[in-house]
Amino acid sequence: MGDLNEFPLAVRLFLKAYPWRKIDPVPWTPLKKPLTRSRLALITSAAFVLPEQKPFDESIRGGDYSFREIPGDADVHKLVESHRSESFDHTGIHRDPNLAFPIDRARELAERGRIGSVNRRHLSFMGSITAPGRLIRQSAPDAARWLVEDAVDIALLVPV
Amino acid sequence: MSLVAAELERRGISTVAIQLLREVAERVRPPRALFVPFRHGYPLDRPNDPPRQHAVIEAALKLLEDPSLIPPSLADFTVNHCLPGGA
Repeated sequence: MGDLNEFPLAVRLFLKAYPWRKIDPVPWTPLKKPLTRSRLALITSAAFVLPEQKPFDESIRGGDYSFREIPGDADVHKLVESHRSESFDHTGIHRDPNLAFPIDRARELAERGRIGSVNRRHLSFMGSITAPGRLIRQSAPDAARWLVEDAVDIALLVPV
Repeated sequence: MSLVAAELERRGISTVAIQLLREVAERVRPPRALFVPFRHGYPLDRPNDPPRQHAVIEAALKLLEDPSLIPPSLADFTVNHCLPGGA
């Protein structure tokens, strides 16, 4: 179950005490067109990288706020997971990266017409960012700019 | 992830975020979220199980299609979603 009790005591205490950034006001974009005509982008926080890409850096204080571009035609089984967190079981996403980056599922949705199309690129972040200032000021606006340029309509965000 | 979702919404992209911790979702308030009762590391339930993964994704897509939702919107993924004929 997705529950704080999954974690060791130290992590539970940290999560309880952590000053989470409250989104306020909450921005809202209603669906502008039917899903059958919408373009989907995926965003994962599983720290997936392509073999030739730089892995995420666990040594950055406050968390690595960068992101990687994963091309829409990437072979999901060639993705390398570079999330070093010991707070979750990595076995599942190693066996099947679709579990946290469901690109094969997205292609199937497009093939059967549930969505209009799958974007030409997707984004991979590494979760566990404890100091999100640079994410808010830099990475998230950059990510949004990319996806706006691509005329993306909808995004599915999948954490680990 | 919620902070990225918020930025996308500000820029005109509709988002839905899978959530594994209800407490965090309630505090951070992503615009549109689906709480799933799965372990960390298993946001779409099971590896190598496309029907189960599709069930979770479909529930998320339905949130995008629901015009009655108001922000922030946090919905629950229930076992019914996994049953044949489930929503």
